[in-house]
Amino acid sequence: MRKVDLLIIGGGPAGLAAAVSAYEQGCRDILILEREDTLGGILRQCIHNGFGLHTFQQELTGPEYAQKYIDRVIDYQIPYQCNTMVIEITKEKQVTAVNRSNGLQHFQAKAIILAMGCRERPRGALAIPGWRCSGIYTAGTAQKFVNLEGIMPGARVVILGSGDIGLIMARRMTFMGAKVLACVELLPFSSGLKRNIVQCLDDYDIPLLLNHTVVDIAGRERLEGVTVAQVDPETKRPIAGTEQYYACDTLLLSVGLIPENELSRMAGIDLCADTGGPSVDENLQTSVSGVFSCGNVLHVHDLVDFVSEEAAKAGAKAWRYITDTLDKNLKSMPIISGFGVSGAVPQKIHVGNADQPVTLMFRPKNVYKNAKVCVTAGEKEIYRHSSRILTPGEMVSLKLTPEALRQISDAENLTVKVEAS
Amino acid sequence: MLKEITCIGCPIGCRISAVLENGEIQSISGYSCNVGKKYAQEELTAPKRMVTALMTVRGSRHPLPVKTSQPIDKSKIFDCLNEIAGHTVSLPVHIGDVVLPGVCGSNVNIVATKELL
Repeated sequence: MRKVDLLIIGGGPAGLAAAVSAYEQGCRDILILEREDTLGGILRQCIHNGFGLHTFQQELTGPEYAQKYIDRVIDYQIPYQCNTMVIEITKEKQVTAVNRSNGLQHFQAKAIILAMGCRERPRGALAIPGWRCSGIYTAGTAQKFVNLEGIMPGARVVILGSGDIGLIMARRMTFMGAKVLACVELLPFSSGLKRNIVQCLDDYDIPLLLNHTVVDIAGRERLEGVTVAQVDPETKRPIAGTEQYYACDTLLLSVGLIPENELSRMAGIDLCADTGGPSVDENLQTSVSGVFSCGNVLHVHDLVDFVSEEAAKAGAKAWRYITDTLDKNLKSMPIISGFGVSGAVPQKIHVGNADQPVTLMFRPKNVYKNAKVCVTAGEKEIYRHSSRILTPGEMVSLKLTPEALRQISDAENLTVKVEAS
Repeated sequence: MLKEITCIGCPIGCRISAVLENGEIQSISGYSCNVGKKYAQEELTAPKRMVTALMTVRGSRHPLPVKTSQPIDKSKIFDCLNEIAGHTVSLPVHIGDVVLPGVCGSNVNIVATKELL
């Protein structure tokens, strides 16, 4: 069994930023394990621009953003193993991994950072009727084919779901010569950014059908077409008589991302039902001591910049854990998601720890105009911020100051909520 | 001529309408802040976009992702894509390398966005 101070699982944006930050804090015994053949994660296939505005104050493409961190990992000579699949993590922080050149490897880590990212919700989770014909892909899989392999999945495309990946793929497929017939969204609003609606759909006259869904799939060997129907906004049931048939050879699904926590579960880490990721404290430490979590495996982010920031924190805190300077045995206070708040992270904080601001992130449950975001402890309000609009497509990130937190050290819990007018 | 656009300055997405004559804005309404006004003025008179695409690499199975060095006229997007599709590069390529100078007769270059060695 090989001993290592800090083991990072995943070499995407979260894993890379965590490694860089831990190194800069002083950690010299780090190992990154990545299952793909190169570092960079999903950023490698996101060749569109718009990354890095917060972190680097410039608009980068995915590969450019990833390279900035890869370069630092190489400069610092941080070891990494690609083509390596982690198959087990235990509570004792023992990790089993497998790859072609080393076979089975066992590690004993002092601290572990989980940075495995997320995966896409597949067709099976939606229960769409029809045969299992070819031509149905998740948007990210199609993106991988097109952008990394240069292979086009089809020529006439319908997109189900209007998340950012689906919108970006609408433009990408159009650029590659395909005809995108429509983008179909069940909800009365898109969960994608306005910018992507305008620059990926409107620019190319691709209709966005809100309150619509795919109700049938035609084709046995190969997809031949899909039937789209309007849904009742209240019940989400299809409205009879509104069916429209689109002849197409490709259906892309952009219907949500799910943190990939099989390994976390195996280690007995408590997961949060709202986020699908581990429950963590303000140090991003999970319920298993010395195991930290960051990036999309913790909760699905909208901007990679936020992932890097969060991962840098996980790296620094993991180093403090390794050097035994992270406060332990402090009283913790749960953070409750109140009205309009979905999956606030962290799930608990140690108020006694408050020497630095605590970042709190969540997704609004709905579109709220002229709303306020409030954080309260019992009767005491410690944070309030007005916002002209909150939408599920944009995460809310707020900072609670140490002064504010010290005021409430005797409270039972903290509630974060939206006050909509 | 009346034109309508959606502002992308923030998630509100104001619907902005403007009356244009000979490509000049006569009147403009619907925006709720200066970001929207400025965006609409640019978008309605000279819309520009960054273009990202793939370029074939000689001797490599994988394509090279590229981008325009700065936004180009929206009307030239597909000309630009065609020119990129008709071009190939040789290894090695570094991030920021100009792989196709002066696309569509403009002063905009196509640059590599990935290291391919």
